[in-house]
Amino acid sequence: MHYELYLCGEIMKFSGAEILVRTLIEQQVDVVFGYPGGQVIHIYDRLYEHQDELKHILVAHEQGASHAADGYARSTGKVGVCIATSGPGATNLVTGIATAYLDSVPMVAITGNVSNDLIGRDSFQEVDITGITMPVTKHNFFVSKVEDLADTIREAFRLAKSGRPGPVLIDIPKDVQIAQYDYEPESVVEAFDKIPPKAHKIESAIKLINEAKKPYIYCGGGTISSGASDEVKALADKIDAVIGCSFMGLSSIETSNERFLGMQGMHGHYASSMAQHNADLIITVGARFSDRATGNKAKYAPQAKIIHIDTDKAEIDKNIIADLGICSDLKLALSQIIEGVTKVEHPEWIQTVKDFITEEEKHVPVSEKMNPYNILQVINKCKTDDIPVATDVGQHQMWTAQFCEFAKPRKFISSGGLGTMGFGLGAAIGSAIGVGGKSILVTGDGSFGMCLNELATAASYNVPVVIVMMNNGVLGMVRQWQNLFFNQHYSNTVLDRKTDFVRLAEAFGIKGYRCTEMADFEKTMKEAVDAEGPVFIECFIDKDEMVLPMLPPGGSMDDIIVERVGN
Amino acid sequence: MDRHVLSVFVRNQYGVLARISSMFRRRGFNIDSLTVGETENPEYSRMTVTFNGDDAVKNQIVRQLAKMPDVECLTELERAESVSRELVLVKIKNSKESRQDIMSVVDIFRAKVVDYSTEAMIVEITGESSKIDAFVDLVAEFGIIEVCRTGMVALKRGNGSILNENDK
Repeated sequence: MHYELYLCGEIMKFSGAEILVRTLIEQQVDVVFGYPGGQVIHIYDRLYEHQDELKHILVAHEQGASHAADGYARSTGKVGVCIATSGPGATNLVTGIATAYLDSVPMVAITGNVSNDLIGRDSFQEVDITGITMPVTKHNFFVSKVEDLADTIREAFRLAKSGRPGPVLIDIPKDVQIAQYDYEPESVVEAFDKIPPKAHKIESAIKLINEAKKPYIYCGGGTISSGASDEVKALADKIDAVIGCSFMGLSSIETSNERFLGMQGMHGHYASSMAQHNADLIITVGARFSDRATGNKAKYAPQAKIIHIDTDKAEIDKNIIADLGICSDLKLALSQIIEGVTKVEHPEWIQTVKDFITEEEKHVPVSEKMNPYNILQVINKCKTDDIPVATDVGQHQMWTAQFCEFAKPRKFISSGGLGTMGFGLGAAIGSAIGVGGKSILVTGDGSFGMCLNELATAASYNVPVVIVMMNNGVLGMVRQWQNLFFNQHYSNTVLDRKTDFVRLAEAFGIKGYRCTEMADFEKTMKEAVDAEGPVFIECFIDKDEMVLPMLPPGGSMDDIIVERVGN
Repeated sequence: MDRHVLSVFVRNQYGVLARISSMFRRRGFNIDSLTVGETENPEYSRMTVTFNGDDAVKNQIVRQLAKMPDVECLTELERAESVSRELVLVKIKNSKESRQDIMSVVDIFRAKVVDYSTEAMIVEITGESSKIDAFVDLVAEFGIIEVCRTGMVALKRGNGSILNENDK
């Protein structure tokens, strides 16, 4: 009897690496993005063993792994997972972790580290990754003993997906990966309970809304992560409000929705920014009033009372002092507000907004030539509602934000807060794998040059990413600022490179096309969307195309630039 | 700009002090003093944070602290409703001429001489920070060799505990 018990105990013991892989499977992780190395070799051995249950995508560079995990998370709402070895592997994840942190994306990053006895001795490939990532993670863990490993992983998943989501890093020294301990499977961890709104806050909100004559609902990324799109639309219908969004809120409301005016802010739609500027009540749903969204805070929406609903209490009164702050899960708060408010119509307000839209339509460039607007119209025509559209960072990103049409949430995958050039390709790969289908990447020649090594990943796994690269031969966004504010001193923004991108794509094993005419691009794009694997399309645009309208940095609606001036 | 004192109950875990002080630094919060030590429960440490700022700053600090997973609970200690103390060791130059004067300051402030030589003495004093400041100013004329202050610790008066007066 005694002997059997002992045997039982022996059978139940697993290495830390095995416990890690089993806990990931237990938490229903189906794919991890990573890159092997000396201090994760035991984990990779176990991934080999469990490859039928947990798919590993080998990237070209750890940064690509973190962006892919991010794209996976944004497009699915699930926690994205990436793995890297110690030292440079871990530091290469940092940009991707910071990107996820600034955009509140649920992610678990796993790093190996040198054994406990070598920690703190500047050992080979040792780096204090928990110290480095402290300011860019929701939380992080250094697992010093195997006994804590499984529960730490569960806690990491719980933190990543609870409340306001975010990245969590787990650093596991090599000896912990080797050490043996018990493992019992547990169920998938639930997020912490959603925060309900306080009754008196809801009463105040209802009062403010019932008094309003010109309501504007301002959706941020929180609308998407909390799945509150339907509630926003229902509220807008009931109180006859118009809806705008921050950059991060894009795709929360379908573009075709009559009440939806698009993104507001620095490069927002004219009508959306004007409506916000003239509103008497702004109902903010999961947004943080970043400087890019508000411009000069002193002149932001001067006539408006502000209701700010956010699940993260620290966001309330952080950047803009709200007249009413409601710390709550967005869905819970909105559904109670909808119930309490009076159904009204504001025909005058709606007419005012319609006039803004008419004014905005005058600014749309009318041209047959290959320009960003026309390129995005073709993308709109060729894509289906289920295809996520990722971008890199710069002018192409803003054009996509302005002109790309979305029918469902989680279809716009872009680095808003951190503005990470090089984010796009990894994120598009992760998104395609996440949705189990196609994704589109809209990029520029500057951003694409940063992390194009992930073409190798797209090729290896035949990931159906359609890459549309707008090539203007310059770093267009900085050039635009240099043009407008720096006397056309184009300092280091002219990319006098000799790269043949089509041949480059071909060298990676990806079909490449070059388009100079719109008709040609439309035909190529149609084929690309139906292709099985990755496709690269290069489109040439003018180097002096601008993202308009534009609120100059620190400016207000009085300073809005809607048309090109000078050269 | 008012002075605020926060008492923060934190999980006694790897890197907790670095985590919290790093948050203060990166968010640009200026902290006057931060003390930390174990509590009656070895799983938790208690931090006392003092800073100057308006209500907006205070609310941000409280909310940023409250959302950290390592922060179990926190409460603001209002001056009138709490007791605060600081301990300081002051090494003062000693000489025949100044000895009597130093000793009378030590007496008046109910301080204590804890090390003594003919050239220098170390004086220990506890009290509210304002009392400590006054003492250090007074003995400065005798020549201070070095000073070491603990920073403020504080507890709320009455029979309550931070665990049932949580602002988190």
